[in-house]
Amino acid sequence: MRAYARLALAGFRRYSTYRQAMLAGMATNVVFGMLRLAVLTAAVSQGPIAGYDLAAASTYTWLGQGLMAFVVLWGDKQLAERIRSGDVVVDLYRPWHLQLALFAEDVGRGAHALAVRFLPPVAFGALFFPFRWPEPAALPAFAVSLVLALTTSFGMRFLLNATTFWLLDNRGLHALYTLSTWLLCGLTVPLAFFPDRARAVLWLTPFPAMLQAPVDVFLSLAPQWTTLAHQAFWAVAVMAAGHLVLHRAVRKVVVQGG
Amino acid sequence: MAERVYPRLVAARLRGQASYRASFALLCVVSALSQLVELAVILIVFTRVSALGGFSVDEVILMYALAGVAFGIADMVAGQLDELPTYIRTGTFDVLLLRPLSTLAQVMTSDLHLRKVGRTVASAAALVYALAHNDIAWSPLTAPLVVVAPLSGAVIFSAVWVISCAVCFWLVDGQELANSVTYGSGAFTSYPATVYGPWLRRFFAFVVPGAFVAYYPALALLGRPDPLGGHALLGWASPLVAAVTAVVAGLVWRFAVRHYRGTGS
Repeated sequence: MRAYARLALAGFRRYSTYRQAMLAGMATNVVFGMLRLAVLTAAVSQGPIAGYDLAAASTYTWLGQGLMAFVVLWGDKQLAERIRSGDVVVDLYRPWHLQLALFAEDVGRGAHALAVRFLPPVAFGALFFPFRWPEPAALPAFAVSLVLALTTSFGMRFLLNATTFWLLDNRGLHALYTLSTWLLCGLTVPLAFFPDRARAVLWLTPFPAMLQAPVDVFLSLAPQWTTLAHQAFWAVAVMAAGHLVLHRAVRKVVVQGG
Repeated sequence: MAERVYPRLVAARLRGQASYRASFALLCVVSALSQLVELAVILIVFTRVSALGGFSVDEVILMYALAGVAFGIADMVAGQLDELPTYIRTGTFDVLLLRPLSTLAQVMTSDLHLRKVGRTVASAAALVYALAHNDIAWSPLTAPLVVVAPLSGAVIFSAVWVISCAVCFWLVDGQELANSVTYGSGAFTSYPATVYGPWLRRFFAFVVPGAFVAYYPALALLGRPDPLGGHALLGWASPLVAAVTAVVAGLVWRFAVRHYRGTGS
């Protein structure tokens, strides 16, 4: 257990080394937030849409801008690269559960992202734009929702990376994943704006659990327990799937001598 | 001599990409889809409203399509500049300086991602749809705009790409800042300029001349006066704006390269 805590700490430290890049990233994030918000504002200023008025649309935008780095909406490639190069063999030999070890590191990364990539755009939005604060009672639920969002997103990214065991080159799949999360997780338009049937289908998938769900909990737009239950289900489901997939993949790995 | 080198360089890159057929085809499809996701966003928003910034869904699609074709071409030609920080950091840029060819042209042709053609093709299809579904004020004056506007837009975007990436000569970590201008202006131009607040509009429509990529040409095609009070002739100003930004980009690049000292690695 202590090893996993150390890994989490290392994950936190690793991402706090790049300060200049972080500042530049923040500026980019804010610019895109303003561009996205302008379009939404033009839409909701004609009258609230699906519970979103001006303040809710702005809060939604800035939470989304903050959350996308927290849940790494564009996916990551680290494990995929190690599988492709064969370095994964070393990881599999170590006395740990690979999935849990990577998860611990991702929790550390998430904690860092929460402080430097989530809070700044949200603070910027709260200062300069209309903002809807949640009821104080909703904050613990929001915290739980964030943890579940991170877990689901890690589980999805782990599965995405693990496809490399079979595909050897998952770049096409990775590109497809990155492309779909923007829309399906509810980053570009709130899922509530989608036509009814599309929305119903989307909520059957893990995608909303990563971004739209925490936003819904923050804004109290949907019954909190239903949203949290959806997230908890998918967090467990994708982690369990990852465990199974890894189990199958390990039996497939062939170490080429030399 | 240089005229013969570039086609050869580009041809070699293209042959290299064509050798991985399946991967290439999938990436082409992804590129087209990434453009269509933006269309989906427009369509979803328009299931809830009938006008955005005073424009109907078909009119917004016209602007989105003009911007998409321009951005797609620019991304193919100038998108490689995103790799500039890597060239600078690893010292590869020094090698480019030694060759008797223009550094800018070398970076641009260092890799030509043909897969990005997907975005351009998808946008062109949207453009055909938009031209058919809008009440276009066809005349010998407006018809050439359909071709001239996206091409000028591509030049404008490419010039913006050059200028913003040149920042990396001073800030090694400047890539993300450059992205907010290049990809930011790509996002800006897909919607009517009336959607944005005054500050964003001043920057992305006029400092970065994004309004000349899609907004003004679309107004001219639609025969609509500018709700923001711009002159009707602005719709035809894109080639001129493109020429000016290209010259500025060339000057900025020359100045930046003279400033370059290498990272010592």
